[in-house]
Amino acid sequence: MTLELTAEDKKMLYGDYGKATQKAMEIITTLGEIYGARQLIPVSSVQIAGVSYHNLGEAGLEYLDEMAQDGTTRVLTTLNPAGMDLVEWKKHGISADFAENQQRVVDAFAKMGVVTTCTCTPYLIGNLPHYGEHIAWAESSAVCFANSVIGARTNREGGPSALAAALTGRTAEYGLHLEENRQAEVKYVIQPELKNTDDFGLLGYVIGNRTRKAIPYITGVPNATTNELKSFCASVATYGGVAIFHMENITPNNTLVPNSTETVTQDDLDEARQKLDDEAADIDFISVGCPHASIEEIRQIASMLKGKKVAEGKTVWITTAKPTKDLAMKMGYYDLIEQAGAFLVSDACCAVAPLKGKFSGLMTDSAKACFYARGKNDFKTEIRTVEECIKEAVS
Amino acid sequence: MKKLTGRKIFKGKTEGQILYTTEDISFYGGCDPETGEIVEKGHQLEGVSIAGKVLVFPTGKGSTVGSYVLYALSKAGKAPLAIINKATDPVVAVGCIISEIPAIDQIDIEKLQNDQKVEVDADKGVIRVIED
Repeated sequence: MTLELTAEDKKMLYGDYGKATQKAMEIITTLGEIYGARQLIPVSSVQIAGVSYHNLGEAGLEYLDEMAQDGTTRVLTTLNPAGMDLVEWKKHGISADFAENQQRVVDAFAKMGVVTTCTCTPYLIGNLPHYGEHIAWAESSAVCFANSVIGARTNREGGPSALAAALTGRTAEYGLHLEENRQAEVKYVIQPELKNTDDFGLLGYVIGNRTRKAIPYITGVPNATTNELKSFCASVATYGGVAIFHMENITPNNTLVPNSTETVTQDDLDEARQKLDDEAADIDFISVGCPHASIEEIRQIASMLKGKKVAEGKTVWITTAKPTKDLAMKMGYYDLIEQAGAFLVSDACCAVAPLKGKFSGLMTDSAKACFYARGKNDFKTEIRTVEECIKEAVS
Repeated sequence: MKKLTGRKIFKGKTEGQILYTTEDISFYGGCDPETGEIVEKGHQLEGVSIAGKVLVFPTGKGSTVGSYVLYALSKAGKAPLAIINKATDPVVAVGCIISEIPAIDQIDIEKLQNDQKVEVDADKGVIRVIED
């Protein structure tokens, strides 16, 4: 089986549209060959990861600058979180050096026509594909949400391959673009009642750790909010690399129901919580908004913080996308949060900001945030409901 | 002269000495982007630099940021001369393309060993052992 290219694909590959497009096409066609794709398909939306200067470094930035010399996006392309709030970074304790370099990264993307949203929830702020649409997204939580909750079709792209899709408007047809690779493989019966975003994160932890790449079919969850689903997606992608799941009566994709069945009990969830709770964690950092908080979550947090004060020695980050922050400003939620001494941080999150050494213990409602807090920042962690997080912050 | 044939991942021809490991490599977090030294704790190649070698390993693992580490190595003059895999993963494939490192996969890497001098013709997907 060989990869067939259209005349337009070939023009890109042979350099007719410049060097960046050519390099991008080399990436797309090579991945296509590795995975045995028969053709390239158009994508209508791209989400790029690898934006924090903290992860990208000088070399990554150099690559982006090189691509930005003559590369331009062909389709709607949005950006993952950066390492800082692009406006209010100073008051969050980010150094001027880091800020300058982070801005250079964002500028390089902007030069290529990327909409510099800087959020892991593009679907909440204007990059919302529809059912069945082929897209090329990086950001594992958004990939899982797009495939599973929306029913769009994307593989788990990396930073450079997502950029390549943006510059060519193409991706290779393999993996989750094909119906036969999207079928459920193992059924999970969920016994406990899931109450909040943290419970959904714990369920993601349990299934992620168990499923070993087999696509889950989840039953026993009578309802779930968008906020809870985004928490689940982030967790199941972090702990299991899961890019698609099915949830009975909640997600839209067609699938056969697998025979192989597993049960998730309350004990499993309790055990997951124990694993994410470090003993003797000294909580000095509270962060909610992994994935980025929706306007509804911010509204609730603002009302919890109204008239309260964040305790001395504690720092609170509520992380979200810039358009959501602007809306929160308009609605007065920003003032309620900031007057309490918490920060409403846009563009960034606790997983990609340069926070190592600044705190010792994180409390969060996000199982994914626990993973990165431990692995990258050496923080101890505790996972709680949003309400408990805010209580901890003001006590 | 021993000859192995696989599949081109990224084009190019080169000649050099093999650095061999039976363990997968994570470039992000596992390899110093400035020196080319493998820094993953307990890895067979821990403390060894991959710079200027024909690097032979089964496959890549870990974060997609690893592609940028290969790019950083090549900018610093510390990239491997070529990469030979059993099965190239997308992170390494993309890294080789953006850094223009010749790469071949679908090679029976057990037939190669450390310090052999080899000629790599990635265009044809061929490796020739010049000196054992």
